[in-house]
Amino acid sequence: MSGDHHPELSFWRKYIFSIDHKVIGVQYAVTALVFLMVGFSLIMIMRYQMAYPGQSIPVLGNLLGSDESAYIAADGSMLPEGYNAFGAMHGTIMIFLGVVPLAVGGFGNYVMPLQIGAPDMSFPRLNMASYWVFFVGGVIMLASFFVTGGSANSGWTSYPPLSDIANEGGHYFWNGQTMWLLGMVFLITSSLLGSINFIVTIIHLRAPGLTFFRLPFFVWAQFITAFLLLLAFPPLEAAGVLQLMDRLFDTSFFMPSGLIVGGQILDQYSGGGNPLLWQHLFWFLAHPEVYVLILPAMGIVGDVIANNIRKPLWGYNTLVYSSIFLGFMSFVVWAHHMFITGMGTTLSAFFAATTMIISVPSVIILTCFLISLWGGAIRYTVPMLFALSFLPMFAIGGLTGLPLGLPASDIFLHDTYYVIGHFHYVVAPGTVMALFAGIYYWFPKVTGRSMSKTLGLLHFWPSFICMNAVFMPMFFVGLAGVSRRLWSQEEYELGALTMGWVRMSSWGAWGLGVAQIPFIINFFISIRGKKVDQNPWQATTLEWAAPSPPPHGNFEVTPVVHRGPYEYSVPGHKNDFSPQHISEA
Amino acid sequence: MNFGMLADSRFWLPDDFSEHGGRIDTLINSVHWFMAALFVGWGIFFVYCMVKFRQRPGHTANYTPVKAKVSKYLEVGIVVFEAFLLLYFSIPAWADYRNIPEPKEGADERFEVRVVAQQYAWNIHYPGPDREFGPCRPELVDETTNPVGLDLADPAAADDFVSINNFYMPVNREVFVRLSSKDVIHSFSMAKLRVKQDVIPGMETPIWFKAIKEGETDITCAQLCGLGHYRMKGRAFIVSQQAFDDWFAKASVVEEFDEDDFDD
Repeated sequence: MSGDHHPELSFWRKYIFSIDHKVIGVQYAVTALVFLMVGFSLIMIMRYQMAYPGQSIPVLGNLLGSDESAYIAADGSMLPEGYNAFGAMHGTIMIFLGVVPLAVGGFGNYVMPLQIGAPDMSFPRLNMASYWVFFVGGVIMLASFFVTGGSANSGWTSYPPLSDIANEGGHYFWNGQTMWLLGMVFLITSSLLGSINFIVTIIHLRAPGLTFFRLPFFVWAQFITAFLLLLAFPPLEAAGVLQLMDRLFDTSFFMPSGLIVGGQILDQYSGGGNPLLWQHLFWFLAHPEVYVLILPAMGIVGDVIANNIRKPLWGYNTLVYSSIFLGFMSFVVWAHHMFITGMGTTLSAFFAATTMIISVPSVIILTCFLISLWGGAIRYTVPMLFALSFLPMFAIGGLTGLPLGLPASDIFLHDTYYVIGHFHYVVAPGTVMALFAGIYYWFPKVTGRSMSKTLGLLHFWPSFICMNAVFMPMFFVGLAGVSRRLWSQEEYELGALTMGWVRMSSWGAWGLGVAQIPFIINFFISIRGKKVDQNPWQATTLEWAAPSPPPHGNFEVTPVVHRGPYEYSVPGHKNDFSPQHISEA
Repeated sequence: MNFGMLADSRFWLPDDFSEHGGRIDTLINSVHWFMAALFVGWGIFFVYCMVKFRQRPGHTANYTPVKAKVSKYLEVGIVVFEAFLLLYFSIPAWADYRNIPEPKEGADERFEVRVVAQQYAWNIHYPGPDREFGPCRPELVDETTNPVGLDLADPAAADDFVSINNFYMPVNREVFVRLSSKDVIHSFSMAKLRVKQDVIPGMETPIWFKAIKEGETDITCAQLCGLGHYRMKGRAFIVSQQAFDDWFAKASVVEEFDEDDFDD
């Protein structure tokens, strides 16, 4: 396979309907970056309403609709309908269309086969299908903004009965919530196809000599993530289909008897269903989902840190075992999202205990990264700055999970802004910063050019500061007891007292938006930027053994692996890095 | 950039009027001290490493991994402390919060209300002087005259009354609330009473608490329930037994109904 001559492909087969994992990876990454920007724009608009409730949004207000069918804004200020719609879609887009496709579809697809010395994924056509199924799901989600009644507006969690009866005014089929469910079915199908491909590829296509315990940590992270995707997503797909049935054919999977909405008995439903069933199915997906978001980020951070401390990661085996344990445990913690539904003492004690236990491998992983720094020779490259910033940010995100995982303190903190602060610290200053590290780190591999360091620093520092300005105040708003998802919190006694924090968050968010401009400029000008050689970071893993950019089929000669992934500064070797594929160093 | 209100902004937990809230607050505070200690510890190590081990001429990385026992002790310490928080604080506090105590006073003496949530109001259903709730049926619901669907033909219902969004309760008495919802999931939250409970349609969820200070707190809906979620706002009034009795005597008919509180 490798080294074979590949006939010249047409433009369509080469760049659009490509079966090359690298093209698919880039397609995923670029699509996901666009979706991240869309999802982020929604929240930047919402944050104006939060900070200045009812006031008209500068510049954008009138563009968001002023005619009668508009649901987002009227007279330039945001309507509750628009707020709920944007809120639901912000979460959905960021998670399912942004972070997961970038972390798994983008980085996983591009980097993983290269790191294991494979010519491509095991099932290249399946890989192409998974991208296009994802793309269709994304288009359906975006299109839902433009149908009558607007997009889904019942939160990214889509709890029934609210979601079952949402978007009533719209078309029978082409309405926001139904399209959301349909979109989710596509997105989950895409993840399933991808996960099978990842698992088979990692098991079967590792280069000679590349044993499991010589895999870069990034590959391990993708491997475990793929199992989570494979096992956790089908329950939500099933739940999505059940909710579609409720909406389209008036079944009652999630609808109890005797509901009265707006004075009318909902007699089209026979009743007898249970809304909590949805929550169990949803969180059975959505808690492992958290680790789908965080594990690839940890994988990137591991690779980037090892490369920039110029020594092996501390406790590689521990890292791997902890990640596997984390993956297993992530399936038995889901109901800690549901303490407040009326859970009894025994069940809540069980889920609280599993939640405390899952904090242990997270702490171990973080500790391994921290101790790795000891005795290193740390290079402060742009990817390293992003990777280092992941550590304290993930620490805050992880630690603030503790009071939420203890049922008694969750009574007060549940569904407050504290929760929002907590999971955003994990996903935004945590995972997203790690993803940026990955972009800066592998950009030279993808393009053969390096990104500008100056623009990179201009991106990093303002982003790091603004991320904290956005999310840190949320803890204080939450500790004051203010509920999440309020169109305006000013009318509430405790809400009014915390408006200062809310405004700080908003200004932070807009600042964060501005801070992405250097990145966007950098990204585009660097495509034509300074050429670099095959291994500009002087790294050890196999992706750097391929030309930059790697040709179709990746390697000139199938690499043979002689050592572990992070053999930096080995005593007696002539360089401070000993690539995996070079026999004598 | 107007952060004028930052000066008045709260940093921490609001006042607590409840008997059980002290334990919740102690737990929240202990966890945060624990988190702060860990974070500062890690932070010092992190910053020290970043400075001491920066790449510079004459400095090379050390291939041999450092022998660090400290991480094992740290892990064990974290596990022990988390177990302590869970077993000593959280589980007992949760059990007392969740498990409804047997009535100490005679069953007919206990202070009990039904709270029926709907888009976007809280119907506080008092049983009246007979302390017996009249039966409610969905088909009898009339949003303007009978929001909870009381069966007025039943003698038990005759003296029942419903207070919209205003929840009066006497101080220093156990309050038993039976929560239900007419339409979607809501969450009954009173921050200063450290009470939060999802209200799931199709089931009745009992909760209890005891206010030990007079005061007022907002009733907030903590679960997204639709377009009017943000204005599903009530107010809880914790008053003396005397003041409560006066109010109770006057409020024997269905209170004036505010149409604005409902669906649009």
